Amino acid sequence: MALPSSNTTTSTPPQAPSVLIRLRSKFASSNLFILFLFTTITLLALPVLTVFSFIFEPANDVWDHLVNTVLSDYLTNSLLLLLGVAAGTLSMGITTAWLTSMYDFPGRRAIEWALLLPLAMPAYIIAYTYTGLLDFAGPVQTYLRDLFGWQYGDYWFPEIRSLFGAICMLSLVLYPYIYLLARSSFLEQSVVTMEAARTLGAGPWKRFFRVALPMARPAIVAGTSLALMETLADYGTVQYFGVSTFTTGIFRTWFGLGDQGAAAQLAAMLLGFVLMLILLERYSRKQAQYHQQSSRYSIHKREVIPGIKGLIASFLSFMPIVLGFLIPFILLAQWALGETINSAFLLLAWNSLTLAFSASLLALTLAIILGYGQRLFPTKTVKAGVRIATLGYAVPGTVIAVGIIIPLAWIDNTIDAWAIETFDIGTGLIFSGSLFILLFAYLVRFLAVALGSVESGLQTIKPSMDDSARSLGFTPFQVLRKVHLPIIRPSLFTALLLVFVDVLKELPATLILRPFNFNTLAVRAYELASDEQLASAAPAAITIVLTGLIPVILLNRSINKSTLDNHQ
Amino acid sequence: MYLDFFMNVAKFFTKAVISTLLLSSTAALAAPEVNLYSARKEALIKPLLDQFTEKTGITVNLVTGKADALLTRLKSEGRNTPADVFLTTDAGRLHRAEEAKVLQPVQSESLSKAIPASYRDPEGYWFGLSLRARPIMYVKGKVDPKTLSTYEALATPEFKGEICIRSSSNIYNQSLVASMIAVDGEANTETWAKGLVGNMARPPKGGDRDQIKAAAAGQCDIAVANTYYFGKMLAGGDASQKAAAEKLAIFWPNQDGRGTHVNISGAGVTTHAKNKDNAIKLIEFLASEDAQAWYSQVNYEYPVREGVEPSKVLAEWGNFKADNLNLSQLGDLNSKAVMLMDRAGWK
Repeated sequence: MALPSSNTTTSTPPQAPSVLIRLRSKFASSNLFILFLFTTITLLALPVLTVFSFIFEPANDVWDHLVNTVLSDYLTNSLLLLLGVAAGTLSMGITTAWLTSMYDFPGRRAIEWALLLPLAMPAYIIAYTYTGLLDFAGPVQTYLRDLFGWQYGDYWFPEIRSLFGAICMLSLVLYPYIYLLARSSFLEQSVVTMEAARTLGAGPWKRFFRVALPMARPAIVAGTSLALMETLADYGTVQYFGVSTFTTGIFRTWFGLGDQGAAAQLAAMLLGFVLMLILLERYSRKQAQYHQQSSRYSIHKREVIPGIKGLIASFLSFMPIVLGFLIPFILLAQWALGETINSAFLLLAWNSLTLAFSASLLALTLAIILGYGQRLFPTKTVKAGVRIATLGYAVPGTVIAVGIIIPLAWIDNTIDAWAIETFDIGTGLIFSGSLFILLFAYLVRFLAVALGSVESGLQTIKPSMDDSARSLGFTPFQVLRKVHLPIIRPSLFTALLLVFVDVLKELPATLILRPFNFNTLAVRAYELASDEQLASAAPAAITIVLTGLIPVILLNRSINKSTLDNHQ
Repeated sequence: MYLDFFMNVAKFFTKAVISTLLLSSTAALAAPEVNLYSARKEALIKPLLDQFTEKTGITVNLVTGKADALLTRLKSEGRNTPADVFLTTDAGRLHRAEEAKVLQPVQSESLSKAIPASYRDPEGYWFGLSLRARPIMYVKGKVDPKTLSTYEALATPEFKGEICIRSSSNIYNQSLVASMIAVDGEANTETWAKGLVGNMARPPKGGDRDQIKAAAAGQCDIAVANTYYFGKMLAGGDASQKAAAEKLAIFWPNQDGRGTHVNISGAGVTTHAKNKDNAIKLIEFLASEDAQAWYSQVNYEYPVREGVEPSKVLAEWGNFKADNLNLSQLGDLNSKAVMLMDRAGWK
């Protein structure tokens, strides 16, 4: 790298101005960038704001009715569900991430990527399979009854379709968020820091709790908030299990009672909830910084766990795979055996793949822009804007879809009316009538996922790194391209992978917003499953899982490889 | 460099997406077509649409989805909506669509002749296409059908702990309760709902099939479910489901009074339909004898059209008297029904 040019050194005043000021003075383009930033944020926030705007519709006496009857149920169930899923995903996600990134034990290599498999399993599908297995009328209980001659009421068996069951199902498919983010954070952590802790006499537990865990906090928080937002947005599982939460309440109020206003007020409460969680976390973090003092100097070496302890480690990290993937997968495969799979499946898979790939790339690009934008202009307005723009993740898909179709169709109709007025040519539904609306919906829903990953990566880079690069004459764009992106490459791949798999599984928005004659695997699986034809749904569900495997394997390799590349 | 690789793949996919887009928009221009928003799932409508295309040469473009969401889409798309026909699986939603002014009245002699007046809108805003009955089902040998009489009687202490029924979030239960409000009044129906909740064998969960399975497994003796789920379990390939369904029999309630609760699936032509003639042709086809027979043979729904031979399974269940309540009332009373069930503690 070139020495600092004399230009830069001589022109530096005694007190170096901040990156922000220099950037503003040197680059007129930064104004354009800010404009772009705000346009993007506004567009992405539009659906959530549309839903919010229904609050002002008169809610009649419905709100009183809700308060008097079901609201307390919604509140308690949602809270318990959140707490349960947080406990479940954190314990599974962190344990497995720590074990696989720091230690070597039998089967570690296979387990490392297999732990991502449950990601490809839609929550409602795993709920259906476990119900089929463990329900009163299912094979397990029937077998027990036949074996011991029991009748209904003679014995106790955990009820799968309950709040506890919903916690288990959601935890099993959502822990990979924490696993992925925590693992890339553990892998990105400087070996030197760990070595220093070791030479200071810290044992493995102490190193974990006092050094690694606090350093991985942004990543773990990002992962947890993704898991919890997805929990709040889940409709399929809780509805099937008969657990009344905010989400089922919103549906019931909107579509059953036909009251948009009251439903939006419920949704606003839900989002208020999410914002509170985010603020709480920010507050508890206060001024703590999470930057690495250095990049890793040496290749990270895993400690080998020998003997029985190693087997215990294997067992511990293998269990989530068995429960979250193997059991439901085998059941689905069994159901799928009796079904025919034809070439129509290829088209479905192709549709799902192209959508997922385009959406994940778009989401990654926007996440980098928003993430870096926040770093360049860390003002309250920008930060608040970005939060609102990513709230779509916590909103149930159907609700966000309605929030999308209303403004987009309005824009389309306005353009159309204007075109007819001016040119006498109708333009029709440019945005809302094409695949554009689907891609937009995916961005609104899943940008939070990509951003969480990108942000937690960027946070580990010291701002002084930006300053040094800038003082070497790099433009902000060059800093991003040549300094940041290479360092946080694992986080970028993580972002891609997460959005990809999420889009593959996405259902409610796809269902409502897709163009004519356009189906995806998730749509096919859902249509059959919701008609209680689990067996017919199995081939599509299996294909989702198998298609999801491809990027899981590919990207996992890339993450591993790029972590190595980085430090060689 | 991985990013380069991804950029290349990205370009490839972008091209693919754009060409798919262009293809889908241009291919449809030439041939005669009709565009359908359907709340009926693809598997339960596509075969009929294919028959229609074969017969008339008119291509049918289809989007399926939840009725309320499709209705919102229809409303917000306004005069630019591509949809010509809106098809739902319950009368309440058709009524809501009519009220939202997204449907237009249609005069068709063949439709008026084929469909009895009680199953279509008097002004022709919508037409019923199939009947979905929601009777009582009981475990043979455990329940004497003589003890069964009406929906109302299910709330009597006699049936304590014996009833399986799904959640009140489901439209079928909402319609059933709405139909009871129309006849018995709100206060009586609320008392009834409280009694029913007290008689439930377990908190409501799962779908209609689950209620039948639970009854077969011994968790309860009586289930309330739509007939087509029952029919599909009996006829489907799954041996355990078949065995479960065979343990139950159908009881048609309220035969001495208003009749068993039925809902319809039906369709209407949208206000801004661009292919209005084709839209009417499609609805006429769906009400034709062949199509009506298909509903009863494939999906175990009852034909709306008189004189259509019901399938063998349906014939075995016997004839019944259906509630002839004006179906638009189900839509009007829906929110009352939901609130009532909330108050009664029906989850």
